[in-house]
Amino acid sequence: MAQAKTQFGYRRHPDQDRPAAVAAEHPVVLVGAGPVGLSLAIDLAQRGQRVVVLDDADRIGEGSRAICFSKRSLEFWDRLGVGERMVGKGVVWSVGKIFHGASQLYQFNLLPEPGHRRPAFINLQQFYAEAYLVDRVEQLPAIDLRWRNKVIALEPRNDMVALTVATPDGPYKLHAAYVIACDGARSALRQMVGAEFSGQVFEDQFLIADVKMAAEFPTERWFWFDPPFHAGRSALLHRQPDDIWRIDLQLSRDADPVVEKQPENVRPRIARMLGHDKFDFEWISLYKFQCRRMDRFVHGRVIFAGDAAHQVSPFGARGANSGLEDAENLSWKLDRVLRGKSPESLLESYHTERSAAADENIRESTRSTDFMAPATRQEARLRQAVLSLAKETEFGKRMVNGGRLSVPSIYDSPLSTADSDAWHGGPRPGASMLDAPMTERSGRAKFLTEAFIEAGARFTLLEFGNGAAARAPKGVPTIRIGGDGGLVDSEGLALTRYDAALGTAYLFRPDGYVAARFRHPTPGALEAALARASGLN
Amino acid sequence: MPLSTASNFARPDDAFRAIVEAHRGLSEQQSADFDVALVLILANHIGDIEVLREALTLAKRRMIDAEEQQQQASGK
Repeated sequence: MAQAKTQFGYRRHPDQDRPAAVAAEHPVVLVGAGPVGLSLAIDLAQRGQRVVVLDDADRIGEGSRAICFSKRSLEFWDRLGVGERMVGKGVVWSVGKIFHGASQLYQFNLLPEPGHRRPAFINLQQFYAEAYLVDRVEQLPAIDLRWRNKVIALEPRNDMVALTVATPDGPYKLHAAYVIACDGARSALRQMVGAEFSGQVFEDQFLIADVKMAAEFPTERWFWFDPPFHAGRSALLHRQPDDIWRIDLQLSRDADPVVEKQPENVRPRIARMLGHDKFDFEWISLYKFQCRRMDRFVHGRVIFAGDAAHQVSPFGARGANSGLEDAENLSWKLDRVLRGKSPESLLESYHTERSAAADENIRESTRSTDFMAPATRQEARLRQAVLSLAKETEFGKRMVNGGRLSVPSIYDSPLSTADSDAWHGGPRPGASMLDAPMTERSGRAKFLTEAFIEAGARFTLLEFGNGAAARAPKGVPTIRIGGDGGLVDSEGLALTRYDAALGTAYLFRPDGYVAARFRHPTPGALEAALARASGLN
Repeated sequence: MPLSTASNFARPDDAFRAIVEAHRGLSEQQSADFDVALVLILANHIGDIEVLREALTLAKRRMIDAEEQQQQASGK
């Protein structure tokens, strides 16, 4: 159980030979080589930035941990060149079923329509995701990944941050224009900047076991309230690659974590659930959940992302996925600031957008956890009423909360240009772009998300045109649908999904979110929207 | 649309009576179970979160009034 899947070597770096008085200076030092930190480093490197990544460990793969990666995360990973590998290894799913007792209450499909490059979700052990990201990092000379480098002191100065880093060869100093802290829920950097991490601690305990077995269950998310095999509590079953199954069992508040974690005590619980004991343990963990976040994600030149900045309960797959959304939100902004193309105040929009997203994720996951573990007798009574009404009413089914799965937030953002035209659909400013299947003139199929990557994942104009001259601001590539040389919207799905007509244009941000949209864009309006989205006004 | 507190039933006594009769023969516990189901059904029928919030506020206020009355009564 819980073996390290991949081990990395510590290597001495020439920075360590410099006297402390002339410490090496780097534009970006990123702390924490988890999925969020590695993805952020790759995105920055692909945008042309040099990044030093420090991690205090020398291995990945302590248990499966995060397993559900969302469509949005996969689209981000496509931009980083690792999406295909993740999807190739992961198990694809979109259907969830909710049971009460022995009977099914309802099922939901998270992506009921075709015409998207990526599925609603894949399940993939976090250590695979990290290993593929490390492989990608090794292709990028701009990233300098240093294992067993532990930040032990942080000193903010006006124009940079001075770090003290401990290594097996002793400590050394580094100077960074910006430090990005992706060092997880127990973030040491968060403590070093003296930031609060406040929120709600749930008393209920949950047992997570990943077991290996040959099973015929479909690739769906199954959630039980009060199942016959685990009376009075909740249970979750979810498939991972390699015949591994994630099982999550709610325990009582007063369960003894040391006793409950013993494999010989876990085994009968799982055997009751599965009806057999032909399985091996891959990982066992006992959790109490916390929902909390930092007040400020940006502390001067130290910027926090992922679990270091916010923590949620796992019901809803909102931990790793929201961290990856942090990463894609921050990287293009930091790149622009480092290049002097946008003022430092653009970074404030990272805090504005992502802290609101964290609030939303905390709200959703708190509601799910409260529904699963009612705090009072009256809450239990309300939940019981919902579960019994769900048997015969549509509204009851919709109220049953066995986890609301991660979807990208819609930003109420100072970077967005408010709609001035009439719209009856389509992603509004602050929403993330929607995929659609297109065809090139040559007949080759291409998704809109692919066209966005080919355009460079930067500010991009999506134009539904008839071949009119490009109206895009300087340096902004255009994805044209229709007209001479444009992509062909053969199924008409782009037109529908973007509520588009001839002349409609959407301005995408470098993270693929909508900055502005126009029925009939003028050069002046596009320039103004671009300036606003760049933090230039 | 704001919460309507005008009298909406042509025969209010019938409505009150129907609810009273639904509780007849139920234990305290059963009555409480019954009430939450009824609340959820009616709330969904209203289907307007603002109206629901107003109704919750009114019910809370009434509860505070009732407590004060009780305190005054016991002070006599």
